[in-house]
Amino acid sequence: MDKQATRDAYGLALVELGGLHDNVVVMDADLSKSTKTADFAKAFPGRFINAGIAEQNLIGMAAGLAASGKVVYASTFAVFATGRAFEQVRNSLAYGRLNVKVCATHAGVTVGEDGGSHQSVEDIATMRSIPNMTVVVPADGMSARKAVLALYGAEGPAYLRLGRPSIPLLYDETSDFQIGRGIELKQGSDATLIACGLMVAKCLEAACILEQEGIKVSVVDMHTIKPLDEELIIRKARETGAIVTAEEHSIIGGLGGAVCETVCAHCPVPVYRLGIEDKFGQSGSPDELLDYYGLNVEQIMKNVRKIIKNKD
Amino acid sequence: MREINQAIIDDVAGKARLIRQDIIKMLAQAGSGHTGGSLSAADIVASLYFWAMKVDPVNPAWEDRDRFVLSKGHAAPVLYAALAEKGYFPREWLDSLRKLGSPLQGHPDRLKVPGVEASTGSLGQGISWAVGMALAGKIDQKNYRVYALLGDGELEEGMVWEASMAAAQYHLDNLIAFVDYNGLQIDGRLKDVMSPEPVADKFKAFGWKVIEINGHQVGEIMEAINRAQEVKGKPTVIVARTIKGKGCSFMEDRAEWHGVAPKPEEAKRAILELSE
Repeated sequence: MDKQATRDAYGLALVELGGLHDNVVVMDADLSKSTKTADFAKAFPGRFINAGIAEQNLIGMAAGLAASGKVVYASTFAVFATGRAFEQVRNSLAYGRLNVKVCATHAGVTVGEDGGSHQSVEDIATMRSIPNMTVVVPADGMSARKAVLALYGAEGPAYLRLGRPSIPLLYDETSDFQIGRGIELKQGSDATLIACGLMVAKCLEAACILEQEGIKVSVVDMHTIKPLDEELIIRKARETGAIVTAEEHSIIGGLGGAVCETVCAHCPVPVYRLGIEDKFGQSGSPDELLDYYGLNVEQIMKNVRKIIKNKD
Repeated sequence: MREINQAIIDDVAGKARLIRQDIIKMLAQAGSGHTGGSLSAADIVASLYFWAMKVDPVNPAWEDRDRFVLSKGHAAPVLYAALAEKGYFPREWLDSLRKLGSPLQGHPDRLKVPGVEASTGSLGQGISWAVGMALAGKIDQKNYRVYALLGDGELEEGMVWEASMAAAQYHLDNLIAFVDYNGLQIDGRLKDVMSPEPVADKFKAFGWKVIEINGHQVGEIMEAINRAQEVKGKPTVIVARTIKGKGCSFMEDRAEWHGVAPKPEEAKRAILELSE
């Protein structure tokens, strides 16, 4: 299976977008080689602005540019974009409903060796709690590309969560990616796996293995956390009666939290949340860390078996 | 360079007086709000809207307009009064300040009021917006200018200096910032709470042209703006010495008037003083 990091796809998509629209401005905070905005900087130097190591001003300047008709893609690591500059994202971008796409890379524990200080595990929760924000967590390079292009046309602020490691490509050019619409990748009546980001591919793998055991599991790529595809979640809750969510994020307030909110209100069924159990990350290789925090195929299968067993 | 003569100065000073009267009236009506820092900025804001800036109240989104960002967003009344006087919206709106459903929020909201360029109130953020707007002007090769008004206490925010560094890095000579230097913040005198001094030297060190003036002398404000417009390759900051509560004797230079609205009797007295 071909692999690509969502940040690599992001860099290429920005160049594509820059060629299509003159009003696209890309910004970074001294991490352009890592976030891959350097590709755009090379192609369109006049429309690239480096804020230096100053994330608050990165977001503040983005607001001023957007208020002057630019569509701004502003990048740094997720922990800084959503943490250091949280209040700027809230008060300048979201309160002012400005056309700035905060495209943060190196989200989650797969930052790896840099350790817990650089691993955002709470960014989905904080970003989705802000009014006016759209939150997208693509599952592969193709959907990251499509998200970059789609967000251009989606007026208003957005948070695009991207990753460092290469992950399997799940989609091709013809796939249908729409903001706010989850994608049902696999049908099965025993339980539903709802995932985002790099956990989608792992859920698919888990579902295929479970199928050989006779367990039929649906798999949903919930790439948009906000606005959430509630209709799809409710339908899957009714069809399968049990949901397991999976995300490279805290179990508090992220995709799992959002799914629970919907299910509780409209169709209460058991929901297990697979994610990081209210802990900070640490140094290690990305794969070691995913295993350490239980973000692997084995844990997905274990949760599915357990939730089905408890259903009976 | 725009013309300055006594008649023009008198005319703008008259506008500042009207703005101050409106500030008192709207705050008294609202029963809360930031009186002192609105009054201290009235001469600067009047000079901008009634002399310096190219704007069109009928077409607030005119692409080539000059922009004004009230970075010290708590002084919203001075901005609202100027915008109403300029004709951006009906004067009756002023009576609705801070009331439920009013477009005139406690701090300016760009989505609710024509002419408000930036949603500010969280200190330090407006100057970054202004830098972004000036950058956009450079990218688009437009001739508009961006004016920003900072509070002196606001200079305690680290973000102000991030923005200042960027403005110099990108040679934003289309950006002119004012510091409304009234020497007071909520908890007392700046020098006692957290001194941003030396303000002029700091901006110089950050690569800005610095002009120091009396912020209540309209002629000085105008001359400073003319000088700032001639500066090439760097942004300019006009450090304007002001008096908090300027124009109302019992409010002047008193920190307790930072975030308090005048009661009806006080408002009456203030209006009387401002009508003399």
